[in-house]
Amino acid sequence: MNGTPYGLIAEFDSPAAVLHAAEKVRDAGFRRWDVFSPFPVHGLDKVMGFRNSLVGWFALVFGASAFIGSMLMIWYMNGYDYPILTGGKPMFSPPQALVPSYILLVLASAVGAFVGMVVMNRFPRLYHPLFKNSRFALVSRDKFFLVIETADPKFSETETRALLESAGSTYIELVVE
Amino acid sequence: MAESVTQLEALVPPRELRRGPQTPYQRGLGGLTDHLTAMAEGKTPLWWWILFIPAAFCAAVVLPSMLAYLISTGVGVWGNNVPVAWGWDIINFVWWVGVAHAGTLISAMLFLTRQHWRTAIGRAAEAMTVFSVMCAGLYPAVHVGRVWFAWWLFPIPLTTGMWPQFRSPLMWDVFAVNTYLVVSSLFWYMGLIPDLALLRDRAKTRVRKFTYGLFALGWTGSARQWHNYEKAYLVLSGLATLLVFTVSSIVGMDFATSQLAGWHETIFPFYFVAGAVFCGFGMVLVLLIPLRKWCHLEDIITPRHIDRVCKMTLMMGCIMGYIYVMEYFIAWYSGSPYDAWVFGHRLFGHYYWFGGWIMIGVNALLPQLFWIKKVRQNLKLIFVIAVLINIGMWFERFTIIVGSLYQDFLPSSWHPFYPTWVDACTFLGTLGVFFTMYLLFVRFLPMIAVSEVKAITPQADPHHPLGGAKGGQP
Repeated sequence: MNGTPYGLIAEFDSPAAVLHAAEKVRDAGFRRWDVFSPFPVHGLDKVMGFRNSLVGWFALVFGASAFIGSMLMIWYMNGYDYPILTGGKPMFSPPQALVPSYILLVLASAVGAFVGMVVMNRFPRLYHPLFKNSRFALVSRDKFFLVIETADPKFSETETRALLESAGSTYIELVVE
Repeated sequence: MAESVTQLEALVPPRELRRGPQTPYQRGLGGLTDHLTAMAEGKTPLWWWILFIPAAFCAAVVLPSMLAYLISTGVGVWGNNVPVAWGWDIINFVWWVGVAHAGTLISAMLFLTRQHWRTAIGRAAEAMTVFSVMCAGLYPAVHVGRVWFAWWLFPIPLTTGMWPQFRSPLMWDVFAVNTYLVVSSLFWYMGLIPDLALLRDRAKTRVRKFTYGLFALGWTGSARQWHNYEKAYLVLSGLATLLVFTVSSIVGMDFATSQLAGWHETIFPFYFVAGAVFCGFGMVLVLLIPLRKWCHLEDIITPRHIDRVCKMTLMMGCIMGYIYVMEYFIAWYSGSPYDAWVFGHRLFGHYYWFGGWIMIGVNALLPQLFWIKKVRQNLKLIFVIAVLINIGMWFERFTIIVGSLYQDFLPSSWHPFYPTWVDACTFLGTLGVFFTMYLLFVRFLPMIAVSEVKAITPQADPHHPLGGAKGGQP
């Protein structure tokens, strides 16, 4: 095989098997590894020790800035730069500006959540070493994969392979970049 | 061993709470995947062409020519007059926005309330939302008269030094409808990403692989990606749920803030939300009943799904009935002679008396048939009722808009409204746009959210024996 090795890929047949293997890999002290599945596997977040995703914060920051920005915009446009007197009401009052600001809050939060998902997942990333592996195409169908990268300090081709075998993987292969 | 068996028994719910699997399709994850992608990957069926060609003709020929005629000549080509300044343009705008709402309700609100059955119909309903908001947004844009100044609606610095007036609900409408389009498209697209990756992985030709791959953004299905994705999906559902209540409320406020009898009512925002969702459920049934048969998805979109949508439709129909009764009660109780006049004329007027009867008969009384289980199981009958609901809701908007406008406060300016052929063809054109896009969606994208449906099967549950669990333990 040519090229630098990327990692060991191990295939599993069921969500329970991959969850079990993930527990073993975690307990063995690996850091640069990931699980690939056709749908989110229940309980995997806990096993892999993920903390709360930052996506929610993206939505909050985007939404809050849009709300404040929109309030300021409406004050500037209708209350300061081109004051419009309507029905003897104040030139600017927060309730008057609430509805458009609220709508823009929803818009910006939604964009923020999407941008957050894209940024946190480093999209768009159209190339991935795993795409070269023909078996990996089954990941979106019915197979579950656990990949331990060679960049992991604890990685050793024979020992890691043995660990994955003991975890019950039916197919293990070294993926090159 | 004995202990674990008793634990398992303790987990089993009592008989009356036990439910069958969400889908009767029990041939494993791989078979399910092949089944759900068959339409997007197989040969184009004949029925698709039979529907697509006329729809595409309406979208590509009828609508552009009607819009060109309208813009080059003026709004006078429509039946709009004084005092009926809002005609089919606003009726159809409200109707299309309404159709959109059920899609968001199904995909967002039922997600938040953890209704797993929504996975089978969520994607198709969301697509309906996106396409109908597009059709809706077209009307306000072209009805302004001088379309080339429509961009003045947006807060853009102009040489005139003027800014939009943010106290006007019409201004809120601009923001609400555009926001709705953006958010529902984002929500729909984000849900599609894992399935686009699925189609990329299964693609046989380079063109398909490249196209699906491009839009899949490089999705690998890693646990980290799912983790961020699920969070973003949850946040987007919450935000889209807000829009279910906001967009039609604001459309309702366009009417409620005026001084016109029949429009000037505090119930209007709620009224329009309820009507929108009701009409949208009708459209969901109209789309799904034939599609589940033609796309061979009877075991995914089961009679149980249809039954549940019927029950939701029934609930919304009851709410519509309550609102109609309340409107008449307030018209009488307020003592306003104008209100009494308008509401009396809705049922016994000179011109549009049929509108009020259609509205009450179809929207409030007809859905009551859904109390009967036999009706909820008869797909042909449900389809007919759903089509009638869409027509009934169209007449509701007609009654509200034209019925209140054609007799205003000055009898000397009363004038009836007659739609022109341009009105009809423009509406036909938007129907063409909707169905063209929907057919393209059904043909080239997975109309069922594959990853979501797979995730609710027992095979996907690591704590279920079919998911590989031994003795109930992962």
